[in-house]
Amino acid sequence: MKRRRLLLKGLVWVLGLAPLVWLLWRGFTDRLGANPIEEVLHRLGDTALIALLVTLSITPIRRLTGWNSLAPLRRPVGLFAFFYLTMHFLWYSVVDQTLDLAFIIEDIVERPYILAGVTAWLLLIPLAVTSTKGWIRRLKKNWKRLHRLVYVATSLGVLHFYWQVKADTYWPLVATTVLVVLMLLRFRWRRA
Amino acid sequence: MLIRKPDDIPSSEITPERVYINRREFIGKTAGIALGGATGGALIGGAVGGGFMVGPGTAAAQTSPGGQRDWSGVVSEMGEELTPYEDVTSYNNFYEFGTQKDDPFKNAHTLQPRPWTIEVGGMCANPGVYGLEDFIKPGTMEDRIYRMRCVEAWSMVIPWYGFALKDVIDRAAPLGSARYVEFKTLHDPVQMPGQRSRVLYWPYVEGLRLDEARHPLTILATGVYGRDLPNQNGAPIRLVVPWKYGFKGIKSIVSMTFMEQEPYNSWKRAAASEYGFYANVNPAVNHPRWSQARERRLGEFRRRETLLFNGYVDQVASLYAGMDLRVYY
Ligand code: HEM
Repeated sequence: MKRRRLLLKGLVWVLGLAPLVWLLWRGFTDRLGANPIEEVLHRLGDTALIALLVTLSITPIRRLTGWNSLAPLRRPVGLFAFFYLTMHFLWYSVVDQTLDLAFIIEDIVERPYILAGVTAWLLLIPLAVTSTKGWIRRLKKNWKRLHRLVYVATSLGVLHFYWQVKADTYWPLVATTVLVVLMLLRFRWRRA
Repeated sequence: MLIRKPDDIPSSEITPERVYINRREFIGKTAGIALGGATGGALIGGAVGGGFMVGPGTAAAQTSPGGQRDWSGVVSEMGEELTPYEDVTSYNNFYEFGTQKDDPFKNAHTLQPRPWTIEVGGMCANPGVYGLEDFIKPGTMEDRIYRMRCVEAWSMVIPWYGFALKDVIDRAAPLGSARYVEFKTLHDPVQMPGQRSRVLYWPYVEGLRLDEARHPLTILATGVYGRDLPNQNGAPIRLVVPWKYGFKGIKSIVSMTFMEQEPYNSWKRAAASEYGFYANVNPAVNHPRWSQARERRLGEFRRRETLLFNGYVDQVASLYAGMDLRVYY
């Protein structure tokens, strides 16, 4: 049992770090294409969104399969999501916008897709902070309530993705479908 | 930034002495422009400003003498470095081959740019169907270095090889009542697999007002860096209108039609609140979802200010005198 848990945790770390290692490797070997700044921003965004959706799917998979050893994975996977999201945000503000505050503020105020992204990121900060055992104990029932915000944040993340696409809505629709299925499963279990 | 050399030209061929001498002359002329617009008779682009011509070839030749040129150190009329060939040919919006920037580079090998025919029709005295070689015959081929500003806020500096669109418009002799010219891209989902998905209305349609089409900066390009256009850049022939957003530069053209009403271009049809017919580069008119005030020049770190009409304001502003550019975006 213990070994299995360790193995799973190890797997999460390997999979969680893989996108970062991949980006670093491409960066150092000049394989990021003609617009490396945009490429890194997009890959960090993709990774963050996928990690959020994986976080949300752990409980449903655990319920469907009865693999209770999956439960402890929610925290590391969720924190990886937050890590990539923060990198995505920092890449946008520091590298893409070179910290030009006037432009960043204009973006947040005038472009709903940026506002949605920023709101999602802000919502996830308290969740990352309270992800430790100590906070779970301290917040008791409220911890669960608080952490339901991950659904709101992920929905905003998907909206952020959908709103920025020019014409090809294929991947945003895939993300929406996954999110809706996960939410429906949750509702069904809460009713039952 | 180093200008990388096209890798399939053996280095022994890159700078024959004759071309090298031409290049010295050419750089001298460029410097002339930079120093205050001293424009020689041969410098068509210099005379109209904006892009400029180097070493005229013949219309029949598909590869210019420029194909042999060493492009390193060559700059635009504003002293901007050229975007490397590898970047110009691997980062493209050409949804007929997929919607990711590297999709056209990966997928466009299915396009067969020869043989190719172009149909000229609509309101003109001389309609006809031409093979590519015949179609471009009236044109004087030349290299033109233009900025290319995409509506997505990135830009390149590209040495096109082509001829003034006006040359083929004059042969077609549009009627007095014709006010616009419309272009269409090939529609063939076998050659263009992206057309199997409905991301846009196919075939791709673009158009210009006739005065824009006849403007000396407007060209049809058959090459880039003095070589034939790679498929992903719109082989065998494409439109280049340097003061407009890149999506106006329709690729792999199969028809040119003169008409009285404004053509219904594909991006306007897809989202009229976001993309108009005119699509003039304008830092003061934002796209509803992103700013057009700045752009990322590929290869540069910090975004740079976007210039009105992409820096060709002296040449083209008069085309839009009295028009509200916020309404006609
Ligand atoms: C939950 C929060 C977020 C998620 C899930 C997310 C996810 C994504 C995804 C999937 C993409 C598209 C990548 C692609 O094209 O493949 C993207 C792009 C982008 N994101 Fe985020 N993001 C989030 C928050 C933010 C924040 C906080 C910012 C900055 C303030 C931001 C700025 C951007 C920008 C500028 C783009 C590129 C848009 C473009 O190229 O047109 N995002 N994001």
